[in-house]
Amino acid sequence: MRDLTNEILELIRRTSSDLPQDVEKRLHAAVENEAPGSAARGAFETILKNVELSRKNSSPICQDTGTPIFYVKTPEGWSTLKLKQQIRTALAEATKRSYMRPNAVDAVSDKNSGNNLGGDDFPYIHFDEVEGDELTIELMLKGGGCENVGAQYSLPDNRLGAGRDLAGVRKVVLDAVQRAQGQGCAPGILGVSIGGDRGTGYVKSKEVLLDKIGTRNPDPKLAELEERLTSEANQLGIGPMGFGGKTTVIDTKIIGLSRLPASYFVTISYMCWAYRRRKMTVKGDEVLYD
Amino acid sequence: MRKITIPIRDETILSLKVGEPVALTGVMITGRDTVHKWLIETFIKKTRPPQGEDLQVYEALKPILGGGVIYHCGPVVSGLDTKQYKFVAAGPTTSIREEPYQADVMKHFNLKGVIGKGGMGAKTLKGCQEVPGVYFHAIGGAATLIAQSVTRVLGVYKLEFGVPEAVWVIEVKDFPVVVTMDAHGQSLHEVIEKDSARVLADLLAK
Repeated sequence: MRDLTNEILELIRRTSSDLPQDVEKRLHAAVENEAPGSAARGAFETILKNVELSRKNSSPICQDTGTPIFYVKTPEGWSTLKLKQQIRTALAEATKRSYMRPNAVDAVSDKNSGNNLGGDDFPYIHFDEVEGDELTIELMLKGGGCENVGAQYSLPDNRLGAGRDLAGVRKVVLDAVQRAQGQGCAPGILGVSIGGDRGTGYVKSKEVLLDKIGTRNPDPKLAELEERLTSEANQLGIGPMGFGGKTTVIDTKIIGLSRLPASYFVTISYMCWAYRRRKMTVKGDEVLYD
Repeated sequence: MRKITIPIRDETILSLKVGEPVALTGVMITGRDTVHKWLIETFIKKTRPPQGEDLQVYEALKPILGGGVIYHCGPVVSGLDTKQYKFVAAGPTTSIREEPYQADVMKHFNLKGVIGKGGMGAKTLKGCQEVPGVYFHAIGGAATLIAQSVTRVLGVYKLEFGVPEAVWVIEVKDFPVVVTMDAHGQSLHEVIEKDSARVLADLLAK
């Protein structure tokens, strides 16, 4: 089996320092909507300058290099045990090179491991075996500020008058955005899962964020809700950093899951504007980065 | 943009208003969750006895914090092996987590400015009026850009808290911020919170 440690190190470097084009494009568009001289416009201008500089310097876009979440899809014949070891080695090396901040803190002793390697679940790695001959590794870096404003609602929610239907989903998602204010580094991207249990709800609300901005759910009802939520969230006027402004949410992505008859969870993962996700594909001898 | 040097005088603080962009120059420290808890427990509420070099660190921090600024930041730092420290990425972290502590820390040290992101609550706003002090908002996520305004790392205390949580003493030049909470009881965050709550109520009624 081929050793991918160096290729994974490159994936980490790119993810931390090079914001994906689809995100940057939306940020460029958002600047133009804010009034000249406003704090909101100033915030976007600073954000875009930083995006450019980080890419040039191979330095982290945000100092909070987040929880490293890896999604690995392997064709038959790859050892997930070895891949896990290679990912961990690459992550420790990336930390040494200052692509990543040492972010794994033991929650009981408060000790920072210093190399981004915590227990078995830090970094978090999902493995899936797939058909075909391509191996893909996707990496998402999700900072703590935006992770802290994620929310899970159990419907019905009497406070918000939210019942167990898409109208209820709409209400709780808007509530979550209002409660987040600028704390999650707005403008945000919303990953929403409907259903599941408390655990899968959060897992899937993150996974849905791997899709490109503007990708709509194939179900027209959910696609419509995605667009409506983005537009209504922007009416809240929270704006970049919570300074007030036209763009509070860049995009919304919804996934529907199975649920128990007794449960109806709506889970919102809030992704900050520094929406760091990258993919590498290994096909034969070739390694491609998106 | 208005340029202000640290330490900051009261009359300067009192002249600052919400919405004003400012460029800060001088010496400040970073301090976030662990540092605030440690300062409160060890030196302010004294619920925990000083340990190790705590007292020496306290004496070293007093003159920096008096009239000074604390930055809610957990930086990415290079040169850890050689101690030739350099800030690589250093944007602000979310400030609201320090809400239980901030006003008391400001009063204890006569701290004039707090830099962070996301704003703070009523207790800190009241602290800003009493000290007087202000809350400066830096742009979250703009870490590489902000690190460029850190001209030198002068030293580090409490590195045992880990790199992000340590007290880094830094010299900054034209560090870009916006005043979002002033010493006159005004808070941009309070205004946006109230306005967005009103819009939300209308949307939920639909």
